[in-house]
Amino acid sequence: MADQATFSDQVAPYVDQLFAAAMRMTRNQADAEDLLQETFVRAYRGFGSFTDGTNLRAWMYRILTNTFINTYRAKQRRPEQTDLDDVEDLYLYKRLGGLEAASLGRSAEDELMDLFTETEVKDAIDALPEQFRMAVLLADVEGFSYKEIAEIVDVPIGTVMSRLHRGRKALQRSLHGFAVERGLAERGSDGDGRATDGADGAGAVRNDE
Amino acid sequence: MDDHGHDTIGHGAAGDEFCDDAIAQLYTYLDGELDAATIARIESHLQTCSPCLEAYDFEAELRKVIAAKAREDCPGEVRNRIMSLLERLDGGGDDAVGPSDRTPV
Repeated sequence: MADQATFSDQVAPYVDQLFAAAMRMTRNQADAEDLLQETFVRAYRGFGSFTDGTNLRAWMYRILTNTFINTYRAKQRRPEQTDLDDVEDLYLYKRLGGLEAASLGRSAEDELMDLFTETEVKDAIDALPEQFRMAVLLADVEGFSYKEIAEIVDVPIGTVMSRLHRGRKALQRSLHGFAVERGLAERGSDGDGRATDGADGAGAVRNDE
Repeated sequence: MDDHGHDTIGHGAAGDEFCDDAIAQLYTYLDGELDAATIARIESHLQTCSPCLEAYDFEAELRKVIAAKAREDCPGEVRNRIMSLLERLDGGGDDAVGPSDRTPV
């Protein structure tokens, strides 16, 4: 059992990363701050049930996630029509993979670093339906394992993997759409488009699976 | 990427099934969620198949780029308000933060 007197010392190191995650969840700073405040209050109250020496970071993310789902999701309802189906594997690589060959000596990382702006990457993540956004955020941005994500969002590991798989493909299609818009990539023949709200009303994915 | 006889990843001339296997495991590999035997199998394929290696490299780098660009700095004033909330919690405990529901987490 954790001692409440040590609470602030133990959680303070996570303020910045929890804020970043809250921003990707709520998509605006005012709500992100409210969410963060509420998260710390709830965490403080529940700290007695946290077992010292176990994964405090994952425990904090679980509270953040629950608080978001219980408190902010209802308020944020907006059409989430990203079409997550029928995106092929390696979507971006098949369209941009030849990039590095074009300029010798540059790594794929350098090329990709220049290709997408921060705003585009954030917009592409923000455009994902919530459950997919959470999975991609927790895995690819926060670096949690499947098992940790399963515990944080309280679904089976198989569901985590499926959400990650579909979420990542939709994210890639979104990013490709940005590259096309800026004339940095060619529009494909298979109806590529940025997967933002309203971009494709057909085949909208239900958020509750 | 067809200079090794691969038109598309996973359908190469040099051992379709090995490429299919490698591509199917790509994300699980990058996620660090594979068992040692599968990792060894994948890595031995990657040593001999540059198109698959290139796809792995691309996806690994893409992930780094996404993580780097999705970063969000906590504005100083937000950070200050959160830190003072933590101080209030430490000092006065629960009562310092006003009424709120007591739903257990």
